[in-house]
Amino acid sequence: MSILSHSLPAAHDSAPVELLRRRLPWVLLALLAVAFGLVPWLGDDYWLNAILIPFLVLSLAGLGLNLLTGYTGQTSVGAAGFMAVGAFATYGLLLRVPGLPLPLALAGGGLIAAGVGFVFGIPSNRIKGFYLMVTTLAAQFFLEWVFTKFPWFYNYASSGTISAPRLEVFGHDLHSPTGRYLLTLSCVVLLTWVAVNLVRSQIGRNWMAIRDMDTAAAVIGIPVDRYKRLAFAVSSFYLGVAGALWAFAYLGTASAGSFDINRSFQILFIIIIGGMGSIAGNFVGAAFISLLPLLLNYAGQNLLGGNVDAGQLQNLQKIIFGVLIIWFLIKEPEGLIRLLTHLRERLARWPLRF
Amino acid sequence: MRKSLRRSIAGALLALGASSTLPGLVQAAANEQFFPLATYRVGAYASSGIPVWAGMIDYLRYINEVEGGINGVKLVWQECETEWTAEKGIECYERFKNGLNGAPVAVYQPNGAPAAYALADKAAADKIPLITLGYGRTEATDGSVFPYNFPVMLTFYSEASAVVNYIAEREGGFDKLKGKKIATVYHDSAYGRETQGPLALLAEKYGFENLQIPVADPGNEQSAQWRQVRQAKPDWVFLRTWGVSTPVAIKTAARFGFPVDRIIGDIWASSDEDVLPAGDAGKGYLALTPYPGGADFAIHQKIKEHILDQGKSDLKDPKSFGSVYYNSGLVNAAIAVEAIRAGQQKFGQRPLTGDEGRWGLEHLNVDEARLKAIGFAGLMQPLRLSCPDHEGGGAAKVQQWDGARWKLLTDWVQADRQTLRPLIEAKSAAYAKEKGITARDCRAEQ
Repeated sequence: MSILSHSLPAAHDSAPVELLRRRLPWVLLALLAVAFGLVPWLGDDYWLNAILIPFLVLSLAGLGLNLLTGYTGQTSVGAAGFMAVGAFATYGLLLRVPGLPLPLALAGGGLIAAGVGFVFGIPSNRIKGFYLMVTTLAAQFFLEWVFTKFPWFYNYASSGTISAPRLEVFGHDLHSPTGRYLLTLSCVVLLTWVAVNLVRSQIGRNWMAIRDMDTAAAVIGIPVDRYKRLAFAVSSFYLGVAGALWAFAYLGTASAGSFDINRSFQILFIIIIGGMGSIAGNFVGAAFISLLPLLLNYAGQNLLGGNVDAGQLQNLQKIIFGVLIIWFLIKEPEGLIRLLTHLRERLARWPLRF
Repeated sequence: MRKSLRRSIAGALLALGASSTLPGLVQAAANEQFFPLATYRVGAYASSGIPVWAGMIDYLRYINEVEGGINGVKLVWQECETEWTAEKGIECYERFKNGLNGAPVAVYQPNGAPAAYALADKAAADKIPLITLGYGRTEATDGSVFPYNFPVMLTFYSEASAVVNYIAEREGGFDKLKGKKIATVYHDSAYGRETQGPLALLAEKYGFENLQIPVADPGNEQSAQWRQVRQAKPDWVFLRTWGVSTPVAIKTAARFGFPVDRIIGDIWASSDEDVLPAGDAGKGYLALTPYPGGADFAIHQKIKEHILDQGKSDLKDPKSFGSVYYNSGLVNAAIAVEAIRAGQQKFGQRPLTGDEGRWGLEHLNVDEARLKAIGFAGLMQPLRLSCPDHEGGGAAKVQQWDGARWKLLTDWVQADRQTLRPLIEAKSAAYAKEKGITARDCRAEQ
């Protein structure tokens, strides 16, 4: 008896490993306070319309794709197709269901996109990698074609474009830049919070198990096919909401051409540059892709404007932007977010070195 | 060493960022009118755009340097790259809408269909009129619902009607159209579909057979479409392609033995760049245009003397002087300048705001005498806009490619706008209902 008890671990009065007590994320809260409180007061139309709204929507789209590609390991180049579904579905709901409030229409658009994503996710049961990528490419072209071919989707408008019939929540008109910014920000914050919790939950862990090795995941009893399809659906929900916001909160009017293959690549680049399998990476990547060209443009305009041929100047900016992408990817193939994490760790130990 | 280099690069980048947010050093000039140029010099359509910007900038320069501005109000301009996309177009618009160093914006040209659609509501909210020549929403012709949209000169509807009228002229009268076959080979996009409504209506009215044959984007391969054309044996083909699909269509038509002088290209298939790649197959090709090619108009003499020969032109390739796209730049700039001039008659000889620019556009009346005075006789049609009619002209010339340049075949072929007006009003009423807009009363606008 005494021998046995000897080999048993000693009873602890307190647990040996204390779970880290969750500290309040002060920085994040401060950022949110600024975004909700200060920015609408300070930002002018240019900042809201041309910089912040597209940045937020692209971040959300990146987040959607990251759930599928970064967390579940299913590469997709059909992101813009699902955005189009969200946009056209939200438009259809607002137009054809009288009295439907905007948040429900957005959610409905997202759900319809999720359904379409689920259907296009079915081939992932059988095919993987590059082959799956090609089926998502097919989804992209098919969806773009559908929204050009059938006038019912754009209410028989002669130009094939859709525009937001009404933007109001609980009687508040959201047509002003501030209104559209707050709408976008609220959606992005809410969905990001859901995503953070989702990837920490069992669903998220199953996704990551599938990404790391799907055979092993199947062996430990994860229903691989089901979780892959779920990833397609959830990712498409996010992309659908992002598409609706892109069409109505940002552009104001959209057509199938607003969601072409270039948009899909743009979103894929956002997650590659920002960081695969990271939530914050989407925001960093979106900032890089959407804000850096603007910065380059202003710099070029102020430094060289008037002295250099305008066409050459534009091409020069493209070259610099491309070089910067390559340089960052060589420096840190895992994305900008890893670069920032390293920087933070270094700063925390400063002036000591690693 | 490496570290210090890196640091200095980072420092330079930061400094760049900081300097770019500072306001420009140029002081606000009281008597200047800002003319924003939303251009595309990179991207898929850059080669068509570059001569257009040259035409615009040359004309603005001519107004400033030779005529001393618009009644003494000098024009200032700045470019912004849109890449022909909606999102860059919005960015440019937001950057420019408040003017430049105190010089206000009177009219805005989005130069690109996606940006034009995206800006329609924003511009209305900011009270800045958008001029879209040959593109944009057709139903915006109804200015009572779209006060700030001006699809001037030739909408897609008028274009369809002008083609039918030209064919009737060639066939010897409208009664001869009965039983004829007109096939429309179109780019399968929103742009390509715009003429389906008016053509269906006109086919019913005149009794011709209306065939619609779509070409999927980008249209690099059109054997199937032209085989279909050969089987149907239409009397005329109305070609509504754009970009690469135009020269491919002309070449494929030649391969299938369809006579090229029975193909009529539309406004976006009517430039030198559209026929040059087709080589010999393009000889005899017809095209419809509101701004015919040619460097013999009076304005060209003036610009050649004062701008081109002084080395002040924005044109890189002197051969493009007088090309269709260069001339479209001239016409675009001239409409804006004349609108500002019209506004100045009411508001005084000073820079105008957007709402005053709208007033100027709605009271624009460029008649033959005025066209002669500004040197645009023959290059531009008489244009009279009003509150209910934001299109004005509705006429086009038909030109033929002789292998080296465009030759004009006709004078202005007028569209039958009365017949198509009910279609436009139905569309604009649907838009007003969808958006909850109350149409303004145009009688109160005089």
